[in-house]
Amino acid sequence: MNALDLARWQFGITTVYHFMFVPLTIGLAPMVAIMQTAWYRTGDERWLKLTKFFGKLFLINFAMGVVTGIVQEFQFGMNWSEYSRFVGDVFGAPLAMEGLLAFFLESTFVGLWIFGWDRLSRRVHLATIWAVAIGVNLSAFFIIAANSFMQHPVGVRFNPVSGRAELTSISALLTNPTALAAFPHTITASFVTAATFVAGIAGWWMVKAARNPESAAQGAIYRPAFRLALVVLLIGGVGVAITGDQQAKLMFKQQPMKMAAAEALCNTESGAGFSLFAVGDVSNNCDVRTLSIPGLTAFLATGDRHATVKGVKDLETEYQAKYGPGDYKPLLAVTYWNFRLMIGFGALSALLALLGLWFTRRGGSPSQTWFGRVALILIPAPFLANVTGWIFTEMGRQPWIVAPNPTGNKAVRMLTAQGVSGVSGATVLTSLVVFTVLYAFLAVVWFGLMRRYASEGVQPLAPADQDEGADAPLSFAY
Amino acid sequence: MELTTFWFCLLGVLWVGYLVLEGFDFGVGMLLPVLGRNDTERRVLINTIGPIWDGNEVWLIVAGAGTFAAFPEWYATLFSGFYLALLLILVALIIRGVAFEYRGKIDDPVWRRRWDIAIVVGSVLPALLWGVAFANIVAGVPIDAHKQFTGTLLTLLNPYGLLGGLTTLSLFALHGALFLGLRTTGDLRERAVALAARLSIPTTVIAGAFAVWTQLAHGKGWTWVAVVVAALGLLGAGQAARQAKELLGFALTSIVIVAAVVLLFGSLFPNVMPSSTDPAFNLTVHNAASTHYTLVVMTWVAALMTPVVLLYQSWSYWVFWQRLGIGDIPAGGGMPAIPQQAPAQ
Repeated sequence: MNALDLARWQFGITTVYHFMFVPLTIGLAPMVAIMQTAWYRTGDERWLKLTKFFGKLFLINFAMGVVTGIVQEFQFGMNWSEYSRFVGDVFGAPLAMEGLLAFFLESTFVGLWIFGWDRLSRRVHLATIWAVAIGVNLSAFFIIAANSFMQHPVGVRFNPVSGRAELTSISALLTNPTALAAFPHTITASFVTAATFVAGIAGWWMVKAARNPESAAQGAIYRPAFRLALVVLLIGGVGVAITGDQQAKLMFKQQPMKMAAAEALCNTESGAGFSLFAVGDVSNNCDVRTLSIPGLTAFLATGDRHATVKGVKDLETEYQAKYGPGDYKPLLAVTYWNFRLMIGFGALSALLALLGLWFTRRGGSPSQTWFGRVALILIPAPFLANVTGWIFTEMGRQPWIVAPNPTGNKAVRMLTAQGVSGVSGATVLTSLVVFTVLYAFLAVVWFGLMRRYASEGVQPLAPADQDEGADAPLSFAY
Repeated sequence: MELTTFWFCLLGVLWVGYLVLEGFDFGVGMLLPVLGRNDTERRVLINTIGPIWDGNEVWLIVAGAGTFAAFPEWYATLFSGFYLALLLILVALIIRGVAFEYRGKIDDPVWRRRWDIAIVVGSVLPALLWGVAFANIVAGVPIDAHKQFTGTLLTLLNPYGLLGGLTTLSLFALHGALFLGLRTTGDLRERAVALAARLSIPTTVIAGAFAVWTQLAHGKGWTWVAVVVAALGLLGAGQAARQAKELLGFALTSIVIVAAVVLLFGSLFPNVMPSSTDPAFNLTVHNAASTHYTLVVMTWVAALMTPVVLLYQSWSYWVFWQRLGIGDIPAGGGMPAIPQQAPAQ
């Protein structure tokens, strides 16, 4: 493999890995903040115990998001330096803003939250976890604004003298319609992720408590978290669906090739159907038989089920006329299947919401062993939906690193192959191996700790929580 | 002042923020096995930086992203050129960050010893490599007409680069020892200050040699000021350590780090990455910069946000500016090594 392929694998592995942890951080920070607010407002000790329990899990996860995030920023320069030269004028700005507005906020206040339990007043301490929640959500906005530029460049011109893209409007960049659609989709998906996580663990504990007379009292502790998570899951789930639909409509206009690839739609069709699954070869030779719901793709893309949706073959011809000879198809199988897997895994979270609401109706609690198992098994589903969704949107952008804007300056575009650094394949291979091994090791440690802390359950409150003496040892310490 | 010059200075400020703040974090990490004789002592040391190390590290992220936004060509050439050195730094920062968070989560000596190793390695490597990197940036590295670095990792490991690395390594160890003297109580505090006094001698020799070499080979007339300030600061820090005046000593090592950045950035200007191949291929504040509009936007963002960040970060320092002793550390901490059978309640 050459440096380009290795750099692509490395970007895929490190980004997907980073994005395993980040959505949970984004969603869990506000949920922990809500739990702590509930304790602050009601004085109900169950909320304090839940805050500390899910707060510990949040921190185990937060650390992974932080350390893998540094790699992301360095990687653009290390592996994609020609891309960085081409777009640095535009792309660097949201990254720097992310650091100044979001990373400082979340990193400083997470320290205050961890160590501030007995150093700050309850009100100020509560404010610190909200600052963390705001910080992580803000950071998502800036990085998505940066990514949206790669999907749909706006606020930019091409300078033929320097051969570089130049920023013309920061407000256009930050209000890129692609970003305004992708940001709420990511945030709501993150809420679904965190809510599934909380509901899964709390649901499992409720069943366990109900079936074990010794720990019957424990079930009552988890109930408020379980209900909170179900509400967040429902709201988030509806939000994901609505924002996903908006994104599909934008994608139809902005990246028709990605749309066609997502549907494995080889030939232009009026009233194109939504393919449920494909039989045979969903590869680049465009020979597929699919089982589809008539008119659904056309409807999702445009709101009109008789509308015409362009197929891969016609788009390819169009692109070649516009951008010169070349292959402008993303890998159809990857795009097609990841799109379906994203939707499927996302729908599994909704299943948990429905089951949970059914079991807790009119003050009830789940006690069926199978439900406890299902609750745990469903926890990975939204993580897989996030990962497949991310792979879909990034692989669907190929072969572009900056996809051309159909209504913008067509000179502002770059093929992924043109963006790679001039470093040797051996160098990239070295770092690919190092990161993969290190990340695999850390994943094992992360999972072990998460599992360990989740299975120990809610802990009794330390004496320091009752009396706020200044001489007491730190209640949260490394 | 031209906006490109302003951004060059601002990046210097961001690096000062990073090296002064994470400098003592690295020092604390390095000294963990030296000063921490048992687990409780090591936990005291780690907890002195526990609440702040993550916020300190953001200065690096912002310096990196600021370079990307203001001088994309510098960012692209530097990061692709110093590839393997940066890879080592990244690995170090990853294991170190995870180690801080995970070390205390399990109450088991083997678990903790392993993470201690991660903290030490994760602190020594970047402390050394940032010095190597900056020395090489100032001295110039092979860069061709297409702004591509044409050397290897070994290109960076020349005597001047290694001396730069030893300078940051020893300086951060001294800085960290003084920080610990300022933030701990009792026996730990005394040992930290005594260690600082001992460290100050080799640090002064190494850093002094590096400063003079830098000045003679690459400096400008006015950068002599930075050399003198650094030298006086180092001598003063050693004296302060011997007299157990930790605050003065820590303030002086902070000033030494500022002077070092001023010396390096002052020697560089107006280049950002000189080429040892041909001066015509130098990357400068002009040919590596973003457009005027981008710099204006970023200047506004930096002008509005930097004071706010400084305000709340200072506040977090103030909240935790209380000396820690072994009495502040709760026994055990984390989950027991063997999972409990019955749920704890």
